[in-house]
Amino acid sequence: MNSVTSILRSPAGYLEPLMTGSPQLRSSLYKLRAEAASLLNVLPLPTPRDEEWRFTNISALTKLSFSPALNANPLKGDDIAQFYIKEATTRLVFVDGIYAPQLSSPSSNSGVVVSNLPMALATHTATIEEHLGRHIALPDNVFAALNTAFMHDAAVIVAPRNMVVEGSVHLLFIATQKESVSAPRCLLVAESGSSVTLIEDYVSLQDATHLVNPVTEVALADHAHVNHIRVQRDSQHAFHIANCAVSVGQSSNYQSVSIAMGAQISRYNLNVLMAEGAQCAVDGLALIADSQLADTHTCIDHTKAQGVSRQLHKCVIGGNAHAVFNGKIMVRQGAQRTDSAQSNRNLLLTDKAHVDTKPQLEIVADDVKCAHGATIGQLDSEEVFYLKSRGLSDSVACNLLTYAFAAEVIDRIPVASLKHQLQQSAFEQTRGQR
Amino acid sequence: MIYQDSKTILEVRGLSATVNGIEILKGLDFTVKSGEVHAIMGPNGSGKSTFAKVLAGHMAYEVTAGSVLFEGKNLFELAPEERARAGMFLAFQYPIEIPGVANSQFLRLTYNTVQAQRGKEELDPLEFDDFVRETMKILEMSPDFLDRSVNEGFSGGEKKRNEILQMALLEPRLAILDETDSGLDIDALRIVSEGVNQLANKDNAIVLVTHYQRLLNYIVPDFVHVMDGGRIIKTGDKALAVELETHGYDWVSAEYNARMAAL
Repeated sequence: MNSVTSILRSPAGYLEPLMTGSPQLRSSLYKLRAEAASLLNVLPLPTPRDEEWRFTNISALTKLSFSPALNANPLKGDDIAQFYIKEATTRLVFVDGIYAPQLSSPSSNSGVVVSNLPMALATHTATIEEHLGRHIALPDNVFAALNTAFMHDAAVIVAPRNMVVEGSVHLLFIATQKESVSAPRCLLVAESGSSVTLIEDYVSLQDATHLVNPVTEVALADHAHVNHIRVQRDSQHAFHIANCAVSVGQSSNYQSVSIAMGAQISRYNLNVLMAEGAQCAVDGLALIADSQLADTHTCIDHTKAQGVSRQLHKCVIGGNAHAVFNGKIMVRQGAQRTDSAQSNRNLLLTDKAHVDTKPQLEIVADDVKCAHGATIGQLDSEEVFYLKSRGLSDSVACNLLTYAFAAEVIDRIPVASLKHQLQQSAFEQTRGQR
Repeated sequence: MIYQDSKTILEVRGLSATVNGIEILKGLDFTVKSGEVHAIMGPNGSGKSTFAKVLAGHMAYEVTAGSVLFEGKNLFELAPEERARAGMFLAFQYPIEIPGVANSQFLRLTYNTVQAQRGKEELDPLEFDDFVRETMKILEMSPDFLDRSVNEGFSGGEKKRNEILQMALLEPRLAILDETDSGLDIDALRIVSEGVNQLANKDNAIVLVTHYQRLLNYIVPDFVHVMDGGRIIKTGDKALAVELETHGYDWVSAEYNARMAAL
């Protein structure tokens, strides 16, 4: 049986020095990390025999070995300016998992926290202890445990009570080193009545093989509003295995759009816990080609009455790529008058493209409105003909239609420049794919 | 209008075509010269729309016999997009909705593709916007239609106007209007017809496929053809359309059958 430590070069030698970091870190987080580290020795790596990993074979990952980056890559602003987002009022940059203060612009606004973990701990120890590691479940999740065991820093965002945070918070996670493993960690706490937009952005500077293993926790108190945009545009050789746990408080609103375009194998687990009267929109797009695999597992868990959830997940699959979608909607006893709608639409561009989709409803309450559906199809030949009859070539016509299919999700991103940037990449990526 | 020095734009000889193995066109002959307006009428199922789609190159139809020369070139050697770039235009009976593709983007892309083919200047988004807004005035279309997805949520009449807008932008040599009048109210019919009349000139030609004589009150044809059983069985002038409106098609078929029997 493979354990996760088998894919890391001398993990023990790496963990120990990190464990003895700053005294503050040690006191508040030692227990969390120690528990996670002990799980690593017990939890096996998932194989296709595990129901949750049936369609996603990560054996390619287990054949390689990765080392954590020990030294920060001294990048300059010019190296990464292409990734900057003009609407972002604050930015935290992590290079191979290591915080890069020279590239970051943390919050200077009193009250709003946008900083890395040691800085945030200085002023917000209680908030961090209340939330960090409290939303993500580790016992059956080896990759979340791996991230937690490795945690020595994090991006921490706290939107204080009733504050509308202007602009966006941009978290930029850059992978630069070959065969490196990084464990990006993010905590967003939106206090009662606050509003904030978070962009979580994963990029690679070169086309190298690396393992990115993020964990994000988002906690919304009551009457809060969070826009969460997640963009995974890692190198085509990367492995990206991410977990996100969201807790949506009473009458709060969580809106997320996640885009997966990069990595040879990517997996995104998103769990959203819904309190009374909570609303969420959980939209996703996987835009993949060649031999990429993109797996999205979501669970929207209605625990209390009158929650509203909406989900549109689309996959555009070219080459001999493989998309997986598993979308679970749970409506628990007492979650009466839940209103939930889920739609998964898949566009196969070639004969070898492949999708496995599994929308799931688990409803215990009896007074609910739930709709779900999945479609798998190819480009509509009548639409293609219409465009060709106006002079467009077959490839331009197909490109335009494929782009339009993907754009429905991208258009939901509430940050104009990022939306425009992704529209461009979607247009480029869908060119000549048939 | 019939001109002395006109050139032949379309020459169809003995055209037969099938869809799903069923023969729809059975040896059709048809010639169009520059400057002319032709109307093709005929009962449901006579093959009018099939003929229009075969000319445009729709993949569902298989040509089994005959020839079509478009400006002297073998039409069947051209892919649908090459036909369009060479100046053939089909206004669809049921224009296709394309969610997610902005009408402005679509119109500019097709316009620039055809312009490039003709060695003419392409327009950037700002230049095109001015140009298309002017053209839309001919059809009394609101500029709002530029920002919407192609034909999505358009009413029947709005879709037909959008087709004629494309015709106006692409300036085809041969425009085939497949039941463009269906679904139009009186005002829309007048506006669309006036638009088509403005686009007609001595160098291009228009083929109207229609069920109703009322369109021909607005766009006056030089020739009216009756199609039945996959062939053109009678050709006349605009007076024939009036006669058809009054007496139906049966007498034309009877006359044709008698003529055939006598051969």
